[in-house]
Amino acid sequence: MDLSSAFVLALRALARNKMRSSLTMLGLIIGVGAVIAVIGIGQGAATKAQEQLAAMGSNMLFVGSGSVNRYGLHVGSFQTKTLVLADARALVRECPSVAAAAPGTGTGQQVVYGNENWATQITGTEPRYFEVRNWPFATGTSFSEDDVTQSATVAVLGDTVRKYLFGSRDPIGETIRIGTLPFKVVGVLTPKGTSAGSNQDQDDVIIVPLTTVQKKLLGQEWLRWIMVSAVSRRASYVAQQQIESLLRDRHKIRSGDPDDFVVRNMADMADAAAEQGTVMTVLLTIVASIALLVGGIGIMNIMLVSVTERTREIGVRLAVGATEEDVRLQFLIEALVLGLIGGTIGVIFGVASSLAVAQGLGWPIKIPPYAIALSTLFAITIALFFGFYPAKRASQLNPIEALRYE
Amino acid sequence: MAMVNSAATISPEAIGSAVPLVEVHDLRKTYQLGETEVHALRGVSVSISSGDFVAIMGASGSGKSTFMNILGCLDKPTSGRYLLEGTDVSVLSKRDLARIRNQKIGFVFQGFNLLGRTTALENTELPMLYSRIHKNDRERRAREALAQVGLGDRADHFPSQMSGGQQQRVAIARALVNQPRILLADEPTGNLDSRTSVEVMEIFQKLNADGLTIVLVTHEPDIAQFSKREIVFRDGQIRRDDVVEVPHVASEVLKTMPTIKD
Repeated sequence: MDLSSAFVLALRALARNKMRSSLTMLGLIIGVGAVIAVIGIGQGAATKAQEQLAAMGSNMLFVGSGSVNRYGLHVGSFQTKTLVLADARALVRECPSVAAAAPGTGTGQQVVYGNENWATQITGTEPRYFEVRNWPFATGTSFSEDDVTQSATVAVLGDTVRKYLFGSRDPIGETIRIGTLPFKVVGVLTPKGTSAGSNQDQDDVIIVPLTTVQKKLLGQEWLRWIMVSAVSRRASYVAQQQIESLLRDRHKIRSGDPDDFVVRNMADMADAAAEQGTVMTVLLTIVASIALLVGGIGIMNIMLVSVTERTREIGVRLAVGATEEDVRLQFLIEALVLGLIGGTIGVIFGVASSLAVAQGLGWPIKIPPYAIALSTLFAITIALFFGFYPAKRASQLNPIEALRYE
Repeated sequence: MAMVNSAATISPEAIGSAVPLVEVHDLRKTYQLGETEVHALRGVSVSISSGDFVAIMGASGSGKSTFMNILGCLDKPTSGRYLLEGTDVSVLSKRDLARIRNQKIGFVFQGFNLLGRTTALENTELPMLYSRIHKNDRERRAREALAQVGLGDRADHFPSQMSGGQQQRVAIARALVNQPRILLADEPTGNLDSRTSVEVMEIFQKLNADGLTIVLVTHEPDIAQFSKREIVFRDGQIRRDDVVEVPHVASEVLKTMPTIKD
């Protein structure tokens, strides 16, 4: 029998039992779909995390005021009062690997413009903060050093805040109220998205001069954090050591006592995020592969039933001159077609569900072509592998008994 | 396939005295059923010449089905020789037997054995899927075969839309489509009412008149009367082998029968 007739035959046989054929393919569809969705979302998240960290500056370090527990950046509770402006100045002056340092503090406040109001994070810092974080302006400009000196009530808006308070209107020059104080909007930042690691919206922020927050909003002189940029990514590890020893010295901590501050290195975080992404992808891929395997067993199951059910048909085919090879080929091609169609639908399903996740959760997706090729190939291989035994069984039926089968 | 080519195997001295289409020498078939040996065939010798129309009769267990299966190359004898057009097929491989079934033998079964949810045309095309016949020729030949059995207008019908007689005629068309040397029919009228049975016999007589050799298994003596020769099996041996003196003519018999609506 020629191959094109065999394919037509297989398609007809599968079309005759649409419900069963689609149920047979379901395992493969879910398996392939899961593999693609997992790889797509995993790769996308890893890429995004790295982009974010790179955008933040992989040469960046974060110095936070001390926390009792030291789990990490975001759970660090800013409890000590020992981190001060003079520390920030000293870091730039005395640590050779430190390029710049932006001191900062913050508080949560209700913000009002016209009828709109929004609860957001108010960050107080210096103009160089925007350079250290490599954060360009969409419109307007930063506040000035003078504004910092004079505790001026001027504000730079993150993109999320702008969206909620102003919508499509131009906020530059408008006056907003933070707590009870009026502030003039001087600039709007470009969107930065959610931060790597945590799902915090980095654009949900208003940035104002450091002293304004310290004196007018918080009444606190100490800093919550200092953003530091090292002279290069390689230098960031040395910078971390320099910062730690300088701050311990300045805060007069005796050796053996714990630090009253935390230093986080973005290069470390980037590596950790990437590794975490890889581990997750591998784990989920294993789970998805098991789903594929189960799908293959489903194919074998249904095909064995199908062979039994079609015993008479096989008998007739053998009687009119089909060879064992012809019958085996017919069932193998049915398995192959199941694999092909199931794999293709699985790819569509996987891409669609990735896109849905991307839309719904705002995650990026990145589906590498190799993932599509590999999972389709895998689906076909599995279909053929599990289709082989039923096909062999069909081909070895005795025609006389097959013809008599009821 | 020179070995199954009749022209190549006829020896010069055989010309003139035609080689029988089927020649069987001392055919024996023994099955092992658990501890006991079942002797289905105990030395059957017979020769069927081209153009014959043979009815094989016998009780169940007489060996007639085993004989038909061997004749149809679906089974191999335990011992003995089976020459089809002068070629010993009892020594051929499975693949060669499949080819002989495809090219030289047409089967008609009691239960029709059509593929369900498959049109009459596609059912008729089935044997050609396994021979080297170009796709474009398949449909034409299948339509011709259907026309031959009077179903030219039912090509696109499914078996479920046809009467038993029509289904059996599709099965006959399927058996004819590769222009076999011999048509083997295993109780072809067993599932049909008497008028439809005679209609099927009418087709067989017409095909036989056109030169097709037919071997038919039946246990209805009436049906056997339409053939030219009656062979009776008992206990694995041929008990009787007679010429039917005056075969019934199906087209004549039909005139005497009441018409039943299809």
